[in-house]
Amino acid sequence: MSADQQRMLARAAREVIPGQIVNLGIGLPTQLFHYLPDELEVLVHSENGVLGCRPRAAGEVPDWDMIDSGGAYIATRPGASVFDSAMSFAMIRRSRVDVTFMGAFEVDELGNLANWKIPGKFSPGIGGAMELAQKVRRLVILCSHNDKHGNPKILERCRLPLTAERCVSRIVTDKAVMDVTPEGLTVVDIAEGLSVAELREATEAELIVDENRLGRF
Amino acid sequence: MTLLTHRYRAIDEAVAAIPDGASIMVGGFGSPGTPFALIDELLAQGQRDLTLIKNDANEPGIGIGKLIEAGRVRRLITSHIGLNRDAIAAMNRGELEVTLFPQGILAEKIRSAGAGHHGFLTDIGQGTEIAAGRREIELDGQRWGIEPALYADFALVHAERADRYGNLVYRATASNFNPLMAMAADTVIAQAYRVDEPGSLDLEAIHTPCAFISQVVEVARETSDQGRRAHVS
Repeated sequence: MSADQQRMLARAAREVIPGQIVNLGIGLPTQLFHYLPDELEVLVHSENGVLGCRPRAAGEVPDWDMIDSGGAYIATRPGASVFDSAMSFAMIRRSRVDVTFMGAFEVDELGNLANWKIPGKFSPGIGGAMELAQKVRRLVILCSHNDKHGNPKILERCRLPLTAERCVSRIVTDKAVMDVTPEGLTVVDIAEGLSVAELREATEAELIVDENRLGRF
Repeated sequence: MTLLTHRYRAIDEAVAAIPDGASIMVGGFGSPGTPFALIDELLAQGQRDLTLIKNDANEPGIGIGKLIEAGRVRRLITSHIGLNRDAIAAMNRGELEVTLFPQGILAEKIRSAGAGHHGFLTDIGQGTEIAAGRREIELDGQRWGIEPALYADFALVHAERADRYGNLVYRATASNFNPLMAMAADTVIAQAYRVDEPGSLDLEAIHTPCAFISQVVEVARETSDQGRRAHVS
């Protein structure tokens, strides 16, 4: 994992409040597991049917019936429960999951999210992402600020097929932490060593910045 | 329905009831809960032109991945096939017709059939291409998408324990779609690691009551664990 990713994960972990029910999407968000200390009373939900999972400790024997939605063999913590897929999605649709973290291909200033399909290139199916994005109380996006060609991922309007409309609360990238507000995308924190001009250059969406209130991460 | 006294069968006899062209729900999310032994028996018996309904396509060389590779599956109704590159390739070559639903919608369509309803109303997917073309109605001042129930001729489910009437107990995250599919198909074949006499399971621990089950077969753990090697992480 890169230093940028570690910094993003450490910053994203600060979004989790003790006592919450949290869902971690596939990819980088799953790594947040390792940034939530054992003593933090949080239950991690995985949509395949477990509430209260944790990564296996080093040397801990896998249970072949116990995976998370990414297919990793996981373990459970005190307070955990297991259930079927209908129950799992009832929790999601009834907004009983407090916060979910997901990756993104594109996010825009209205809080629209695209993270499941690139027409003609990538369409394995949406899995549980649509219901999580639409119904979990708070959606935090964890993604690189620009794609591997340097193109902005934080856009004025998404161009790819949407996962859900107006669903994103906060975006954590390697360059900034931004909130979706009725006024537009508001920068909360900016990466150490980056100027506001450089951040704007790397972003397609308009950014609202109050330099006096800007945090660093 | 099969009489309670006639449900405990040999695996070949149970699977032989499935004809070519059948629609079959298959339990499992990834490897846990996938009825590997029943799938292997289906592969050995040669039924073809099948419509499978499963959350995912397992992985290459595992579970329904083997049926897809053998060209036995005409259509797959699923939510995500990202872990099976061979299934994606078959879809892209036009050899496998794939219908994708959001995972919770797929689960609820199956649950709806199993509960004796013909569908449900939902706001999931509104404003996205998933809802494009979906019929809508207005009710209580809001627009709702209509999602019909999803039925099947057969379901193949996996349980940890069973009795010979077909009462089932699932374990850990091997539950997933199994209890939903066990209620939704016309004929339900359950495999379990252990099938005991009625009375041996705790009443409160039974997840699927035997009323929904047609046949129950006992399978060895070793056979059914073949899928586990693929994605240990």
